[in-house]
Parts: sequence; C-alpha cells; structure tokens
Amino acid sequence: MTTDLTRLSAAQMAEQLASGAITSVELTQAHLDRIAAVDGAVHAYLHVDAEGALATAREVDELRARGEQLHPLAGVPIAIKDIMTTTGLPTTAGSRMLEGWIPPYDATVVARIKAARLPILGKTNMDEFAMGSSTEHSAYGPSHNPWDLDRIPGGSGGGSSSVLASFQAPLATGTDTGGSIRQPAAVTATVGTKPTYGGVSRYGLIALASSLDQGGPCGRTVLDTALLHELMAGHDPLDSTSIDQPVPPVVEAARSGDVAGLRIGIVKELTGDAYQPGVQANFDAAVAALTAAGAEVVEVSCPHFQYALAAYYLILPSEASSNLARFDAMRYGLRVPPADVALPSAEQVMASSREAGFGEEVKRRIIIGTYALSSGYYDAYYGQAQKVRTLIARDFEQAFTQADVLVSPTAPTTAFRLGEKLDDPMAMYLNDIATIPANLAGIPGMSVPSGLAAEDGLPTGLQVLAPAMADDRLYLVGAALERMLQEQWGGPLLDRVPEPTQLSKEG
Amino acid sequence: MSALSREQVAHLAGLARIQMTDAELDKMAGELAVILDSVAQVGEVTAQDIPPMSHPLPLTNVTRPDVVRPLDERLTAQQALSGAPAQEDGRFEVPRILSED
Repeated sequence: MTTDLTRLSAAQMAEQLASGAITSVELTQAHLDRIAAVDGAVHAYLHVDAEGALATAREVDELRARGEQLHPLAGVPIAIKDIMTTTGLPTTAGSRMLEGWIPPYDATVVARIKAARLPILGKTNMDEFAMGSSTEHSAYGPSHNPWDLDRIPGGSGGGSSSVLASFQAPLATGTDTGGSIRQPAAVTATVGTKPTYGGVSRYGLIALASSLDQGGPCGRTVLDTALLHELMAGHDPLDSTSIDQPVPPVVEAARSGDVAGLRIGIVKELTGDAYQPGVQANFDAAVAALTAAGAEVVEVSCPHFQYALAAYYLILPSEASSNLARFDAMRYGLRVPPADVALPSAEQVMASSREAGFGEEVKRRIIIGTYALSSGYYDAYYGQAQKVRTLIARDFEQAFTQADVLVSPTAPTTAFRLGEKLDDPMAMYLNDIATIPANLAGIPGMSVPSGLAAEDGLPTGLQVLAPAMADDRLYLVGAALERMLQEQWGGPLLDRVPEPTQLSKEG
Repeated sequence: MSALSREQVAHLAGLARIQMTDAELDKMAGELAVILDSVAQVGEVTAQDIPPMSHPLPLTNVTRPDVVRPLDERLTAQQALSGAPAQEDGRFEVPRILSED
C-alpha cells in the first residue's frame, strides 16, 4: 500500500469513491484496520460495528456500480457519539445506567446518515450523559489525546475528537451543551461546529439540558465539517424546537472562505490573562492572518459574560435533574434492587438503581439542580440565572451590531493531563468559559485549529461565533483561517500528530 | 455562604431518588459548598426589569394530526418493552408502588 486511505479528507474520499478510484469496502476496511491497530491505546470507541459498516459499504459499491444516484458522502465512513440512539447498536451515553441498551429507534441525525449510506464504524466515548470536559467521567474509562496519550482529548465529545485526530474515522458526530464539540476540537487540532440552536434535530439525542443541547458535525477540515453539517441539519417534525427554515449555505461558505470586508469582533472579556500564553499568542496570530485575508477587526465588549459560567452551572443542572428523572429503572436501563430490603418498593428500587447506575459527576449535578429548583431557592438561583441568560443574549445582540462574527480562543489552555482536574469540579468547569455563552444564547459556534502552543507543542483552537442562522459565516472564517495558516505551517497540523501506538505506555 | 449540611444533602438526594452512603453525603456537601458559592454570583445582577429567558427560541407547541401512524413509523409493544428490566404479559413489570402499612 502506497497511500494510506485513512489520511484523506472526507471530501477527497468522496471524490475517489465517485470516480471509482477506490471502493467503500476498501475505505471502510482501511479504517477498521486502523481501529484495530491504534484504538487499544486511544480508547476512542465504546463499540465498533465492523459487520454493519462493511454491509453498508458493500451496498454503496453495488449501487454505484449500477449507476444509481447517491449522496455525495455515500460510502464515506463515520463515527457516532454514543449519546445518539442507533437501532441495532448499543447506546450508553457513557453511563452504566444504559450498559448494553439497544435503542428501538434511530435519532433523526442517525436516520439521515443511514439514508445517505455512510458506513457507521462505531460509537464514540464521552463523559457520562455529556457531563464533563475530558471524557474522564465516562463509566467506561477515558479516551486519550492522540497528541499526548497522557492528556485529555477534551469532552464531552473526546471520543469523536480523538477518533478524528488518530485517523480512525474522517467524520464524527457530536453534541454541544456548553462546548462539548468545540473544546475537544480545539485540544486535538480538529474542527467542530455547534450549529444554531434548533438547526439540527435533537430527536434521539439523549437529553442533558434541553434548552442548551445541540447536535453538530466534527471533522478534520472545514469543508468536511460543512459537508456533514449539511447532512445532519434541517427541519424535523419530531423535534418541537427544530427550526423550519432552509439550512444556511455552509458548504458554499466553506468552499469560498472569502472574508474580505467581513467585520470580525474580538470579545474583550474572552482574551487576556486567563488564557495560557501559547493559546493567546496563536489567537493573536490567527487574527493577524484573517486581517491579512481582508477582514476588518474590531474589539467588542460583552460585560455580562463574567456571569455566564455561574448561570450555566445553575441552568444545566436544573434541566439535567429533570431530564435524568427518566432513568427510573422501570422502562429501560439498569435495575438494582436494594441489598437488604425484602420486597422493596418502586421508590427504593429507583434510588438504589440510580445509586449504582450514575457516576459521581452526574449525581453531583442532579443534586445541584434539585437544590436550585427547590422552593425557597428557585428565585435566587434558577430565576436569577435565567435573567443573566437574557443579559448574555443582549450582549451578543449588541456585539453583532458592530461585527459580523465574533472570535476568541476556544479553550483557556491546551489539553491538561488526565487526572489533573478530576478532584476539583470548579477547575474542570472553567474549561468551558469561552464556549458556554453561545449555548446560553442559542447562537452557532465553531472551533478551528489555530496552531501548536510554543510552551508545550499542543494544539490550540480559535472559536468563531455568528448570529442565529448565520452558521455559514463560521465556515467563511474557518476556511479562510485554515487556508492562511496551512500555508504558514506547510500543511495541516495533523500531519505532525505522533502515532498512538508508539506512545502507548502500556506497550 | 451557601454551605449545606449533610442532612440537607441527604434530603436533596431523597428528592432526586438517589441512595447515598454517609461518606458520599459528606464528600458531596463539601463539593457543593464550593460550587454553590461560585454560582451564587448570579445574585450580583440586581436590575429589576430583566425578563427571564428559559429558551433561545420563541417556543410554540408542535402537534400532528391525531391519526394512527404506519407501523414502520411507530414502535410495536415488543420494541417498546425491549429495554425493560422486567416485563410480563406485554407490560412493564414494576416493584410494588404502595407502602405496606
């Protein structure tokens, strides 16, 4: 083999499939071989479906041979975050509560991916019920960052980001409640988009915080991410919060990358001392590159962002405590009767099952939410957080009168070491400081690689934010930046990622 | 300061239907104190006329015509029961729901 198929972009794979240069079976098998070789060290997949992926690949090859019209991404393999329901494949959301659960229905995004005939390689690891920034809260053990296996791949979507960065899939799905697509992208030198709230159906996405959750695409290039975005997005009658409007022209924007005259706003509150020097330096260099590409840079202020983290860690646990009430040990999921009670009641079975099935972080957030919603505290906590949410949305409105898009570093630091923040929940929460405001306001955001930090050689990301339903602007900026920086770097950053097997400590 | 006693945490855990050991309750009480102190910052915003925002979009309820959907668009009873920890006669089997006294 002279060319490693797994190193191609999804767009290149699609072209080679269409031209007949490669078959989907070859491409899918190459990824399955890659998974077998490196996932022992990376632990990005919770479940691999070789048989199902190859069956779809064979079907695509047959249809293509017959000259049938296929979706442009047909035959290009994909990995699915384990929070999305998949018929025939286990769906655990990283929790013991759902160990072995095989859903009886497909999430709408999964149904669309299946209808377009992308072979599904498997389900990717995540923090339990998407609560976390490192995958360390997965009940099945953490994933490892391919750039340094001792470090976190981000979270909650660290399985999807590490799959991409170790070439175990060219595309992956994610969900982003406070940064779970964008922060993993930033720390692995991959791309990830949180679409406008309501842009991608939430049907079949196991709910964390319903007013914040949003599914979205993950890829290695801006164009690949746009191609998946287009496939996943669009109105769904099964989701009452789905927007009934055309999908913004994201692919066209990703192909154009023309930022001449675009006003780019630097959010004053999301830069400065709180950010690691290499993160800030790469951000400054990225902004300079965008200026060189013709963009105009302005500084904007969003004074209420200082309260965003506090509001988020009230709103999210409140909604989560309500959403996770569905895990009652009756209709699906784990049932563990209390050890020392003869003929226990449903309530006792529920309490002991939830003790056994939920991890520490999930319990912590359910208890916080229960507290914030309890009578006597509701106004001071949840009610007050909802007011802050209004102020943050107004800050964005004001900022978007001065700028077409806003930019910031995606995360305050590069990937930290596994275990480093596990015993300090507040330190872990601070990772999401730059990504949370977009979820509170419902606007779209993207992370695109901005370089390797000088002090530790690890990836950093630039975040782009746009007004609701202007998702295409993210791709304009992302594509421009990708083009400019890759010229400086002499190629994609991921060309420099080490081979995971070489780094494996376990050998 | 928003320190919570172990008894308060035990009460919340009861409301949330999560059984916890004394050691877990102690640990959680300590962690919650730190987190609640931090999130209490939302109280610093004191303006009166700010409407609360529950959701990024104006919400309207979505309904569909009240007709039986075709078989391939709905779950069979068997599918709906497929993940149940226990079932009997095509129904979910649950522990007793009433107290004995």
